Parts: sequence; structure tokens; C-alpha cells
Amino acid sequence: MTGGVSPTLAQTRSEGRAALIGYLPAGFPSVDVSIDLVRAMVKGGVDVVEVGLPYSDPVMDGPTIQAAADMALAAGTRIDDVFRVVEASAEHVPTLVMTYWNPVERYGVERFASALGAAGGAGLITPDLVPDEAQEWIAVADAHRLDKVFLVAPSSTRARLEMTTAHCRGFVYATAVMGVTGAREQTSSVAPQLVARTREVTDLPIGVGLGVSNGRQAAVVAQYADAVIVGSALVRAAFDAPEPASAVAAVTDLTHDLARGVHGEL
Amino acid sequence: MSSQPDEHGHFGRFGGRFMPEALIAPLDELEQAWREAMADEGFTTELQRLLREYAGVPSLLYDATRFSEVVGARVLLKREDLNHTGAHKIRNVLGQALLTERMGKKRVIAETGAGQHGVAAATAAAYLGLECRVYMGEVDTERQALNVARMKMLGAEVMTVTTGSRTLKDAINEAIREWVATVDHTAYLFGTAAGPHPFPAMVRDFTRGIGDETRAQSLALLGRLPDAALACVGGGSNAIGMFTAFIDDPGVRLYGFEPGGEGFETGRHAATITAGQIGVLHGTRSYLLQDDDGQTVESHSISAGLDYPGVGPEHAWLAETGRATYRPITDAQAMDAMLMLAKTEGIIPAIESAHALAGAYDVAHELGDQATLAICLSGRGDKDMVTAGTWFNLLDVEDVLHDVVDDAVDDSVGDGP
Repeated sequence: MTGGVSPTLAQTRSEGRAALIGYLPAGFPSVDVSIDLVRAMVKGGVDVVEVGLPYSDPVMDGPTIQAAADMALAAGTRIDDVFRVVEASAEHVPTLVMTYWNPVERYGVERFASALGAAGGAGLITPDLVPDEAQEWIAVADAHRLDKVFLVAPSSTRARLEMTTAHCRGFVYATAVMGVTGAREQTSSVAPQLVARTREVTDLPIGVGLGVSNGRQAAVVAQYADAVIVGSALVRAAFDAPEPASAVAAVTDLTHDLARGVHGEL
Repeated sequence: MSSQPDEHGHFGRFGGRFMPEALIAPLDELEQAWREAMADEGFTTELQRLLREYAGVPSLLYDATRFSEVVGARVLLKREDLNHTGAHKIRNVLGQALLTERMGKKRVIAETGAGQHGVAAATAAAYLGLECRVYMGEVDTERQALNVARMKMLGAEVMTVTTGSRTLKDAINEAIREWVATVDHTAYLFGTAAGPHPFPAMVRDFTRGIGDETRAQSLALLGRLPDAALACVGGGSNAIGMFTAFIDDPGVRLYGFEPGGEGFETGRHAATITAGQIGVLHGTRSYLLQDDDGQTVESHSISAGLDYPGVGPEHAWLAETGRATYRPITDAQAMDAMLMLAKTEGIIPAIESAHALAGAYDVAHELGDQATLAICLSGRGDKDMVTAGTWFNLLDVEDVLHDVVDDAVDDSVGDGP
């Protein structure tokens, strides 16, 4: 698919609902199974897929995603494997890669963008790259017409919200809590406020992530966000399954529940 | 050159701020508070008083005549090992802890490798009445069990980190993860001149007294500056503290000594500048040990305090511009130098500092016997006696270690002492 995630998010907006974005790390628990799991998310009803690039030092991630990344790396997952997973996913839905910055820099920013584009990937979500340090990525993404999804946070000042959203393409990733990734009992109370502040400075769709773990929570977030982003809960569902086939089933089921949440069926 | 970094924290192409957006505004607040504090005579006067009356600073510049004979040049030792808590780290933590108090925060977190920074942070927290939590890799809590006990005695909570390689880099990861969630009321006392801006510049300015004092003491003792300044480099706080005063003195050569571990050929080392490639780790662009996919490679050094796969960005800049020279020292060379200083001067240095002592031999050979070398003796070796006892077959370490480790780290995850 080309054109990034914008057409899809425009479509869901016209349907009067939020999009569902599902995250899983490439290579967890193996490259082939991670492809099956991504397809399970598609089958369950995600509108957009985020493929995580497993990294040795994921400072934005809580224990669940760290453990998945460790497992993927221990299984020998390489950057080129991430593109395989992207390719398998992008046949069905727009697919972004979520990655810490160093692997991209080491691989070569231009080379990474070319390979991502060739795999049909829509762009990058960069949790530890702020626009202030992203001159090279911004130039390369623009040349390759890739989405650039930067994060905003409850601590972001208005000036930073303006600057950051001005550099985003595709959507804006609002981190709902001050904290790392991980399913939480309750959805964030500061997230609606952050979304409202972000809307004052941009017309881009706003996705809310960090903490959503079931359809009911997704339905709550869907009331104020343009996209609901779910990661740790999907990883957890796969972790808790005894073998790959049941992991696929668990991910499909959870995704289906989340999708009912964003479709207003709960 | 001394105007580095630029306003965004870049030292040439190094440094900067590669951090989650959630921490950018807090880092801006920290930078502003630090700059205002340093311009406030009340703050700097209080910090100087604390350093003088509490930490024992300025430290001595000691003419090590017997060690000089062995090395083949005149060696002056900057005795940071005599500071309160036994290392240069107290300078940095007193500065950052006083800043924490000024910012109205009541709680600090820190990471530690060897435990020296953790002990220093716990000390400063105890002194100023701040709550303190220290993150330490499980590998390090075992090899530095005595420092775990010291931190606990000082009232700190020690969190054993069991993720990743379970060493300093993972302790930093955990501290960052916590800080994102607690930054509204908690300060992160970062232990070295690395990490995101403003830490590299701030830590440098809090430790630069090492070199400022050495410069003044050299002028008083010799009537001139030394020919070279030497220091060990892990993250690089004692080295940047030693070098800064001399950067604009072209006659003073600067040498940093990296942990060569078991040697390059084994792949088990932590010589970041010598063997690493440019990349981004823990919020800064610098040299780091990484594989072809940009995954961090585990470092190795006999010295826990140097066992870090990255290095501060200003050192990367000084290396690239050629202003400072960085060389690897193996575990064996460092241990030999540690023993040599003990036998010739009656001073047991930290294994970290022994890397700089070991590096002095070649520098002396190159500069000649008329040269004067100022070496930062960044810490004392008490904490290293289990390692040294094993290395030199001086005691039955298994028994000692087990007793100490059992006592110190058994319940270190959770609510602390």
C-alpha cells in the first residue's frame, strides 16, 4: 500500500469512528510466527499495523514489550526480518514500523527508508527521536513520502506541540500517560486533556497509546481520539498462549474485542 | 572549543537529546534551573562550602616520587580517592542534589555501576534529607556487594536490575523508565558526563574542579603546567573533570584510558572510542559498542565503573578533533598498575583509576623523563578488594563473597531496608 496511513484514517473518520492500531514486535517469538500474529491482528480487525523493531535498550517500554524484544533478538531477528514482517502486513493494511533511533542510523537512514518503502511500509514511529534531532530523517522521509509519526506527551509545552505536530505526517502519537508502555487497569485521565491541547494546534488525526488493554477501554479512548493504539496487551495475549496456534487465536480474539470497542459495539 | 556544547547540547556532531518527548520539557526545566543556579552567587557559594567542609575538596595534588621512578617521568596524583565517599563522584552529586533541593524536589534516583556513584548519591541524599533510590545491575550488586550495603546504610533503596546484561547500561534504562513516570517530583542524579543534554555539560561543570584545582596546584608546585593530564574513561566524568581546565592550553596533552578488558581480539572489552562506532545510546550521540543492526553490544571490564558500552559525547568530540588521545588498557595492565601503586606509594587505587596509572608508562616513554604527568586518581580501591583478592590470590574469596552477597542483596528488590 502507498500513501501512508492518511487515507485509512480519513476513511475511519468519515465512518464516524476511531481507527484501531495494533502493535507487535517483529521476530516475537520467531519471525514466521510474528507474521502469523500480525495477520491475526488484521483478521481481528485492526485498521493499521505497527511492527516493532526489537532493540536492546528500549527505554520507553515496560516489562512485557522488553521481554518480547529480548526474545526476538535472542531468536536472531535482524532488521531485514522486520521488513519481511512489514511486507506480509502491508498487503492487507497500512503498516508502520515503530523503532528506536539507533538501529535506523546504524543501518543507514536512506537505506532504511528505501527498504521500508520497497516492503510497502507506510513510515516510522520514533519514540526516542524528537523533531529537534530528526533533520536527516525528515529529509529522507519527505523524499520517500513516508509517514513521520512523532510523539507528544502530557508534559509537552504548547510550543513543543506546535513544533512536533508541524513535523508529523500520517498522525500524531499522543502518549496517554507519563510512563512506559504496558497495560493498565484504568485508562489515563490526562489523555483527553492532551488530545484537546493537541487539537488546538493541528488538524492531523491523533492516536492515543499506552495502557489500553480491552475493548471497553478502547471504546472510552475512541470517544476522544482518532485512533486507539494497543501494544502491550496484544504482546501479553501472545505470551500467555502455550503455543503458536493458540497465540494466533488469542491475538485474533483480543483484536476483535478491541475492534468492537472502536466500532461502538460495546 | 571551550564554548561547547551549542545551545542544543551538541559537541560538534555528538551529543544532543535522543529521549522520549515526555522527558524533553523536564530536561529543558533542568537546564534552565542549572543555568540560573550557576549564575546565582548564593548557590555557587553554598556548593563550594559543601565541597570544602563536607567533601574534603580541594583534594591534594601529590608528588608520587617512588611511583615516578617506576613510570619514568614525574607523576603528580590528583587525590580524588581522599574525597568523602572515596571518589570524584561526590562533586557531581553534591552539585546535582543541591540543584534538586533548589528545584523544590524531595526525591532523587540514580544509576550505578561500581556503586561509587550510588554511594555518593545516597550520601548527598542523606545529607540533604532527600529520598533516594538507586538502580544497580544484578551483576554489579554481586561484584560490589559492599557498596550495596553502604547505600542501604545511608538510607537508600537499592533496586536490583535483572533485565538485559544486568550491568550499568541496564540500570540506566531502568532509571530512565522510572523517571518518565516520576519526573514531576523526582530528580535523576545522572552519574556520568553522558546522557541527554544538559547532563554532559552539567556533570562536566560539577566535576571540572578536579582540573581547575590541578591547574592551580601545578602552578604553585612547579611554577608551570604539567605536560600531560591523564584519566580513565568509562562514561568519562572524572576525565572531563580533569581535562576541562586544560583544553585551551595546547602545551598540556590530554590522555584518556579506556577499559581494554581482556583485549580486542577477545571481543571482551569496553573501549568505546578505540573500537566503537558512532551511534545513539541513552539520549546522546557518541561512540558506542554496537553490532551491524545498531544493537548495543555487551561491554566487559574487570572494573564495574568502566563497564559501559557508551562514552560521554564531549570525549567523542575531543577524540575526533584530536585534542585528546584515547587508548585501551587491559584488565591485566590495570591490575599490575594497581599493585604497583600500592607497593610503591602505599595507596590502593580503584581499579578504574588504575587504568590511568597503567597508561602513564607509555606516555612517560613518549614524553621523556623530564615530563610531568598529572594523573587523576579518581577513587580508592577499598571497594575492589574482593576482585583484587581473587586476581592476586590474596584471600579465599568464595567464602567472603558469599557471606557478603547474601547479607547485602537478598532483599534488594522491593522496599529496601
